[in-house]
Amino acid sequence: MMLGEENKVDFSSKGIMPWIVDNLVTIIFVVFVLWGFSVSKDIKTYFFLSELCNRIFRNSFLVLSLIIPVLAGLGLNFGIVIGAMSGQAAILLVRYFDIGGMGGFLLCFVIAFFFAAICGYFTGKLYNKTRGQEMIASLIVGFFANGIYQFIFLFVVGAVLIVPATHPMIKPDGVGIRMTVDLKTAEEGGLKYALENIYKIPFIQAILIIAVVILIMMVIVYYLNVKNGQAHKNRPISFCFNAVLCIAAAVFSIHVMSVTPKLFNTVYDLNIVAGSLNEKADIEEITSKLKAIVSELNTEAERADEAMAPKFKAVVSDITSKVIPNLDKPNMQRGVLNLIGSSATKLNNVAIERSPNALVANIAQVTTVPVITGVFIIALCIFTMLIMKTKLGQDFRSVGQNQHIAEVSGINVDRTRIIATMISIVLAAWGQLIFLQSVGTLNTYGAHLQIGMFSVAALLVGGASTSKASVKNAIFGVILFNAMFIISPEIGKSLFDQAMLGEYFRSFMVYGVIGAALGIYVWKDIKKSKLDVE
Amino acid sequence: MIDAENGGAFSRLKSAVGSIGIPTWIIAGLWAIVLSAGYYKGISVETLLSDTIRRVGMNGVLVLAMVPAIQSGTGPNFALPIGISCGLFALITAIEFDYTGASWLIMSILFSIPIAGVVGYLYGKLLNAVKGSEMTIATYTGFSIVAFMCLIWLVVPFSHPNMGWFMGEGLRETIQLDAIKGANVLNNFAIFNIGGEVVIPTSDDEKGQTFVITEIEKKTTTINIKEVEIPEVKGGGITPTFYIGDIKLPTVIGGKGIRIIKTDSTELPAVRRGITIPTGLLLVFAFFSVLVWLFFRSKAGIAISAGGLNPRFAQAAGLNIDRSRVWANILSTMLGAIGIIIYSQSYGYAQLYQAPMMMAFPAVAAILIGGATASRAKISHVVIGVILFQGLLTTALPVTNALFEGTDLSEIARMVIQNGVILFALTQVKRGG
Repeated sequence: MMLGEENKVDFSSKGIMPWIVDNLVTIIFVVFVLWGFSVSKDIKTYFFLSELCNRIFRNSFLVLSLIIPVLAGLGLNFGIVIGAMSGQAAILLVRYFDIGGMGGFLLCFVIAFFFAAICGYFTGKLYNKTRGQEMIASLIVGFFANGIYQFIFLFVVGAVLIVPATHPMIKPDGVGIRMTVDLKTAEEGGLKYALENIYKIPFIQAILIIAVVILIMMVIVYYLNVKNGQAHKNRPISFCFNAVLCIAAAVFSIHVMSVTPKLFNTVYDLNIVAGSLNEKADIEEITSKLKAIVSELNTEAERADEAMAPKFKAVVSDITSKVIPNLDKPNMQRGVLNLIGSSATKLNNVAIERSPNALVANIAQVTTVPVITGVFIIALCIFTMLIMKTKLGQDFRSVGQNQHIAEVSGINVDRTRIIATMISIVLAAWGQLIFLQSVGTLNTYGAHLQIGMFSVAALLVGGASTSKASVKNAIFGVILFNAMFIISPEIGKSLFDQAMLGEYFRSFMVYGVIGAALGIYVWKDIKKSKLDVE
Repeated sequence: MIDAENGGAFSRLKSAVGSIGIPTWIIAGLWAIVLSAGYYKGISVETLLSDTIRRVGMNGVLVLAMVPAIQSGTGPNFALPIGISCGLFALITAIEFDYTGASWLIMSILFSIPIAGVVGYLYGKLLNAVKGSEMTIATYTGFSIVAFMCLIWLVVPFSHPNMGWFMGEGLRETIQLDAIKGANVLNNFAIFNIGGEVVIPTSDDEKGQTFVITEIEKKTTTINIKEVEIPEVKGGGITPTFYIGDIKLPTVIGGKGIRIIKTDSTELPAVRRGITIPTGLLLVFAFFSVLVWLFFRSKAGIAISAGGLNPRFAQAAGLNIDRSRVWANILSTMLGAIGIIIYSQSYGYAQLYQAPMMMAFPAVAAILIGGATASRAKISHVVIGVILFQGLLTTALPVTNALFEGTDLSEIARMVIQNGVILFALTQVKRGG
C-alpha cells in the first residue's frame, strides 16, 4: 500500500504551490480531522479506533472497486450502486432459501457475480453511448436501477412470483420484501459475520502484522528492482522513511502488547462467551469456557493485593453460582447475559486501572480485527495492481489516455470499456456482501443508496482524480474519509452543542469534496489544454 | 392539385408528428393508459385533471428555469437546488419580516431576485471555468449547496415563532405557510370550477334546476338537508364557502361554479367538484413563460442561443459567449428561486434542509419529455413536458393504488421514468469537442 511509485512529496521540480493544489482535498481533510481531534474532548480513543477499524474493513472493498474504471477513462463510477444492488439481490435470494454459514456466503459470491456481470455489461454499453458524460450517466443510471430494484423487490416478489406471506422476509400482506431483513448469525444458519467471525485478532496484533508485511514487501520490491537492473526505480529516501515508519509501528505494537494487562484477554473471552450464547448454543462448551475463565480469575485473585482480591472473588462467585447453573434455562438467558456483561465491565475497569497509561488501556479496548476480510481486501489490492501489468490492464490504460489512439492501435475500445465496467460492478457487488455480513442486517431499500457517493468521496479524499487512482489512494482515502465521518458529529457536539450540525457538515463535506475534486480537475485540464494551444 | 395539397398537408402533419420525440410519445401513451385505467376503476377523472392542472402550475416555473441554461449550452440546470435555496432563503426572510398573505408572496419574490442574481452570477462564472463537464459539476455543486444550506438553516438567527423548533435552535424542516396566510395565495386567486355540482337530495320536484348556495359554513360530515336553504337564482348570489367533512371546497365566484341538483332520494349530498382551475397560479406560469419567450427574442437572448448553438461561430461573430453563459445562468437561478416560492405556496409548506436535494431531476426530466434535448429547448417543450410528466405522476398515484393495493408503484414509476428519460437524453448528447 505504501509501495506506490509516484506521488511522494516532491517539491523540487514543481514548487510547493502546485503540490498544494494537487492535494488540496487531502490536505483539507487531514487538517480537519486533526483539528477535530483537538476540539472534541468527549471522544474516546478506543471508540474512535474501533469505529474506524470496523468502517475500514467494511468499505475498503467498495472503494477499491472504483479504481479500474478511473484508469480506463470512465471517470468515477457512481454506478457501483448497481453492483451493490446485485449483491443485495444475491443475499436476499440466499437468505430466502435459508442457506447460511460460510457455504451460503460463498454461494452469495457466485450469484452476485452473475447478477453483477449482466448488469455491468448493460451499464458498460450505456457508458459507451454516453461517452464524455459517463459520470453524470453513472449517477443517473444508479437512480434508474434503484427504481427497477424497488419494482422487483416491492412488487414483482409477491405479485408476480408467488411467495408465502408467512416467510419472515416477506411483508405480512404477502407482497414485497420487508424494509429490514435480519441476516441471522452464521451459527444460526445465517450470513451475519459469516466472514468476520472466522478468525479475529486483537487490534494491536493486526498493527504489528501489517507493519511487518509491508516492510517485507518493500524490501522484496527493492531487492527485485536492484536484481533486474531497474535500481533507478528505487527511491532510497522514501524507502528509508517508510521502513523506519514500519519498524517504529512494529516496535510500538510489541511494546504495547508486552505492557497490556492480561486481564483484557479475560474480558475479551467473557464477551465472546456472551456473544456465542443463543438458543442453539452448545451449553457444555460454554460451561467449560466459563470454568477456564473462573480458574484464570482465581489465580489473578491470589496474586492481587487486598483491595483488588474481593473484586475478583465477587465476579467469580457471580459466574459460578448464578451464571453456570442457569445456562440451560431459556427464560433466564437475559439475566445471564446481563450478569456476564456487568462482570465484564467490572473486570474491564480493573484492567484499565492496571494499565500503565491511558493509551495502552484505550488500545486494549479497541475491537478485534477480522483477518479474513483483511485478506480479501489485500487480495483485491494485489489483483488491482497485477491486472494493470497484464495486456488487459495496458489496454485499460491506453483507452484511458486516448480512445482514438487506442482504437487506431488495434484495441477494441468499446469492449475494453465494457470489461472495465463489468469488473468494477462485480467487485462492488462482492464489496457490498462484505459490507452487509459485517452490518448483520440488510436495510433492503436503503443500504445501497449512499454507497456510490461515499465510496467516490473516499477515493477522492485519498488523492485520486477522475483520471488517476491507485490502491494507495483508495486505502488512504478510506481511512481519512471515515475518520472525518466519525469525528464530524463529535465536533458539532463539543463546539456547538448540536450533533446535528456536525452531521450536516459531514454531508456537506461529502458533496463538497466530490464537487471540488471534479471542479479542480476540469479546471486544471482546461488550463493545460490552453497552454498546449498557445 | 388537390392531391399535391393533400400530400403537403399530410407531409406537414407527418413532419410535425415525426418531430415529437420518442419520450414524449411514450409518456403521453402511458398517461392515456393510466387515465383510462383510472376511469374504469371509478376514480374521478375530473379530480385527476384538477390535480394535474395544479401540479403543472406548481412545477411550471421550475421547469422553465431549464430553458436559459440549455439554450446557453451549459446543459440542463442540474444545479437547480442553488436557485431553490435562494428562493427558500428569500421566502423565510419575508416571513421573518412579518409579511403575510399576498404581500409575503410578492416580497419573497422581490427578495429572491437579487439573491439569485448574485449567486447565479457566481455559479455562471464557475461553469465557465469547467466547460465540457458542466452537467456533472452542476449536479455536485447543487448537492453541496443544499448540504451547506442545511448548516445555514440550523444557525440562521431568525426568530419568527412560525419557523423555529419548539425547543432548540434552527429552523423547522417544514414551515407551514398556512400560519402566515401564505398557502395557496396564487392558487386561490380567481379560482373557479368547471362542471362541478353538489347533488342535494330533496323531496322537492324542482329537478335539474340550478341554484346558488348561500352561507353554508357548517363544518359537519353530514349535512342535513333541512339546514340547507336553497333560494332561487335571482340577481346572482353570495360567494359561499362550502364544506364537506373537513374539506373546504374551492371558493366559487358568484356561486356559478357549483350546481345544485335536487333529487328525490334521501341520500347525503354528493359533491362533484368538477375541474378546478387555479387561475392565479396558471397566470403566473403563463406570465413567466411569455417573459422568457420574449427574452429569447431580445438581442441578449439571441446572443445566448447563438452561443449555445455554435460557440465558435458566435465567438467569431464577436459575441462574448462567456458573458452570455453567465447571464443565462443568472436567469435560470432566478427562475429556480421564483419557482420554489410558487411551488411552496401551492404545496402549503416550505421544505428546508434535504428536501431540495433531488428537485432538479424531475424538472430536467419534464423538459426532456416535452421534446427538449440537452442542447436545445423551447417554451413549448416546457409546457408540453410539465403537463405530460406531472399528469402521469398525479394520475399514477391513485390509479396504481386502486389497482394494486398497498404498493406505491407511482413512486417507482417516477424513478424509472424520470431517470430513464434523462439517460435517454444523455445518449443523444454529441460528444463535446
